[in-house]
Amino acid sequence: MKVLVTVKEVAEVEDDFEIDGTGVDDRYLEYDLNEWDDYAVEEAVQLQEAGDDIEVVSVTIGPERAEETIRMALAKGVDRAIRVWDDALDQDLLDTATKARVFRAVVEEEEPDLILTGVQAGDDAFGATGVALAESVGQEWAAVVNQLDIDHLLAENVARVHRELEGGVEELTDVELPAVLTIQTGINEPRYASLRGIRQAQSKEIAPKTLADLGLEAGDVESSLFLTEMYEPESESDATLFEGSAEETAAELASVLREKGVGAE
Amino acid sequence: MSADVLAVAEHRRGDLRDVSFELVTAGRELADATGGDLHVAVISGDVDGFAEELSLDGVDVVHTVDYGEEFNHDVYVQAVEALYDEVDPTAVVMPNSVNGLDYAPAVAERLALPLVTDAVGFEWDGALTATREMYGSKVETTVEVESERVAVTIRGGEWPAEETHDGAEVRAFDFEPDEDAIRSTVTGFEEVGAGDVDISEAEVLVSVGRGIEEEENIELVQRLADALGATLSSSRPIVDNGWLPKNRQVGQSGKVVTPKVYIAVGISGAVQHVAGMKGAETIVAINTDPNAPIFDIADYGIVGDLFEVVPELIEEFGGE
Repeated sequence: MKVLVTVKEVAEVEDDFEIDGTGVDDRYLEYDLNEWDDYAVEEAVQLQEAGDDIEVVSVTIGPERAEETIRMALAKGVDRAIRVWDDALDQDLLDTATKARVFRAVVEEEEPDLILTGVQAGDDAFGATGVALAESVGQEWAAVVNQLDIDHLLAENVARVHRELEGGVEELTDVELPAVLTIQTGINEPRYASLRGIRQAQSKEIAPKTLADLGLEAGDVESSLFLTEMYEPESESDATLFEGSAEETAAELASVLREKGVGAE
Repeated sequence: MSADVLAVAEHRRGDLRDVSFELVTAGRELADATGGDLHVAVISGDVDGFAEELSLDGVDVVHTVDYGEEFNHDVYVQAVEALYDEVDPTAVVMPNSVNGLDYAPAVAERLALPLVTDAVGFEWDGALTATREMYGSKVETTVEVESERVAVTIRGGEWPAEETHDGAEVRAFDFEPDEDAIRSTVTGFEEVGAGDVDISEAEVLVSVGRGIEEEENIELVQRLADALGATLSSSRPIVDNGWLPKNRQVGQSGKVVTPKVYIAVGISGAVQHVAGMKGAETIVAINTDPNAPIFDIADYGIVGDLFEVVPELIEEFGGE
């Protein structure tokens, strides 16, 4: 059995930052493995540990810088990785269809039985790549999975999942494999890479692939969406802010709370 | 291609969800801009009852698809595809809900439509220009679509709900899905987050978020709750980490709460969290980041380190 996990290196923005054109100035960005993908990687590794002869492969679309992040997935137990990059992919905003097209080419080469993605990426938060990919490769899918019955999957080739709906309700769904599951945070407890894992990751393969390697050309990755503006939203705050030392501000807040009847015996 | 707009309603377990009425407002806004009609589709469940509820001001046609009871993405994708062929719309508008994200990307992929998700606003000038947030609401962006046709999902709570009833034409859509292509089966629902405490009943909530940093620090916020005679709740990351049980989670996927006083400690105020607590009478925020979105909805705030402020507050209220 083969499990493919799509991962993305995402930028996180510091509290104070500046915008430069249609992006956040690089000085205020820190790059990390997308939080949702961390849970997807963990789920794949747990599946590998529960079954026999399961290979876990990670794939990412990203520049060379992303290898550091991919290496973290390898250190947590992913067997090998594929990094797709090309000058033609260096766009402000890759739309869902474009990403699905690139991943489809990888899926056609790798032929995984199960594909795990994060529900969304912490940067642009489209939340759509996994389901679009499933449709594109003709596989079944389930979005926003917060529970997966690993034993059932291994025994029956069916993903028995909980989908986390709004308002504290979960939908119980059976999905035939091959399938794409988009993984929600909280489904498991992502491990920290062990020192041994980090050492082993150094010798694991991260195969670089260009569009040509995947049988694609620049015309195949022309996004239909363009990011034309980025700005800080105007603060709508009309909050009364207390200023001063912790002692002073706490005292002022306490008197407001007492007025509201809080803490009255 | 017509200038029409097709909006797809959402329901669960017998009720239309709020976003369905917001979709009518958003869909009408878009149809006014494109100069077309607004078609609303309602798929599965009590479609006749739903159609009556959706016969709202601004809706031209409601299409009912009478197949199955609950949401199934394989049915939805096929039904929306068939309706798309029928209506030939310039835009398909869907909810950016958990179920919306389970079928909208597949619809867009199948129909080769550019997809914009989680729109909080849009304009139309021959093509769609949408407003979206990035980096957890830290920035807003304008996204231009280079196509006359588009699929878009809208964020709940951003457009007002249309509530004025008016007679729309209701058409029963003749639909027979390819049942071999229905390869997922919904087997049931489960209520989660039951337990000893019902945070939605509390008059005062002290809610703890990511800013607490470590599991052992939760106890500090619990002591504040005790000193105030309040109940402890939390944002999502705390529950994801297993530091508090699911029944303490406030937000879209947790509980919706409307206490008299809500005190957010180290919570940035992501949109999913705010959806669960914006109805509180008085909102208090303690956070180090002055730009945190929680201050946009707070009535009172302290920009400061919770590890300094909370002990002082506990002392103010004679706590231990």
